[in-house]
Amino acid sequence: MSAAIDYLLHLADNALVLGQRNAEWCGHGPILEEDIALSNVSLDLIGQARMLYQLVATLKGGDATEDKLAYFRDTGEFRNYTLLELPHHGPLSGYAHSSLDYGTTIVRNFLYSALMALLWEALAKSNNTDLAAIAAKSLKEVRYHLRHSRDWLVRLGDGTDESHVRVQASLDHLMPYTQEFWAHSPAEAAAVKDGIAVDLNTLKADWDAIVDAALEEATLQRPKAGGYVPEGKNGVHSEHLGFLLAEMQSLARAHPNGVW
Amino acid sequence: MTTELKEWPLWEIFIRSKQGLEHKHCGSLHAADARQALEMARDVYTRRQEGVSIWVLPSAAITASNPDEKGELFDPAADKIYRHPTFYEIPDEVGHM
Repeated sequence: MSAAIDYLLHLADNALVLGQRNAEWCGHGPILEEDIALSNVSLDLIGQARMLYQLVATLKGGDATEDKLAYFRDTGEFRNYTLLELPHHGPLSGYAHSSLDYGTTIVRNFLYSALMALLWEALAKSNNTDLAAIAAKSLKEVRYHLRHSRDWLVRLGDGTDESHVRVQASLDHLMPYTQEFWAHSPAEAAAVKDGIAVDLNTLKADWDAIVDAALEEATLQRPKAGGYVPEGKNGVHSEHLGFLLAEMQSLARAHPNGVW
Repeated sequence: MTTELKEWPLWEIFIRSKQGLEHKHCGSLHAADARQALEMARDVYTRRQEGVSIWVLPSAAITASNPDEKGELFDPAADKIYRHPTFYEIPDEVGHM
């Protein structure tokens, strides 16, 4: 039971945190159509997070609700990948909305969607039937997210000199964070043992193939993996998650039980 | 450095609804090419389940009638009421048509 809860929270937090990040583009998109596209992606992700939190709340019982899980847990309790909480710009930048970089957004969405397109497909066969149903619905959504981000990755990589340089820099910045996908976590291992989760390392070759094919088409160089392996899924986060949660949770905490 | 900001071409979007037999014009958008226009049309025009099929056409491919010529083009049809089937009286023997 606890293994299932930890694993579902990991999936839910991934979706919520990236959904919140992508929503920062709402009203700031490079063009109107992309503004709407990114908001659509966000709404899909937040929808996935809701279904997963509702499932966790049911498993936990008591007074657990989706809102309490989303708005009343603190940084150390979130189980999302570090990759997903990073701001929309390169390394060593301050936390500033003014410097949102669309290439970084696209690269992140691509790397994560490529993983989730494989994972949701595998989880559709989970022995937890509720999770399997959520996976089947989410699979359709993430296939579109992958299509959207891959399309832009190729356009930016194989675009102008400036777009190529900038999206390559985003890739160099973000790719090392994907090492966390394949790193060991006690919660994931326990969930795999219970037949709820899927061992991600069985999907790595497919993920590599999706990434390499897209990068080749985009004329981008895949940076070497190596260095620090992030541990967001174990609750050890970058300094950026705190700011994200502060913004996301402030309203619910200022007006507990508020409805609209 | 000079940056040339090129405007993306305009595309006309046609959507066929679930019950619809034909694609209906619903608006337009700017996109770099036809495939991108299709993706964007999905996001902009089918968010509320408006359609099950999308066509995109380059706006430049459309040849349109000139609004200034609407008098000579369309007004002459106004007094040709015999062109409507309702102008004719159908004998009772014909029954329902």
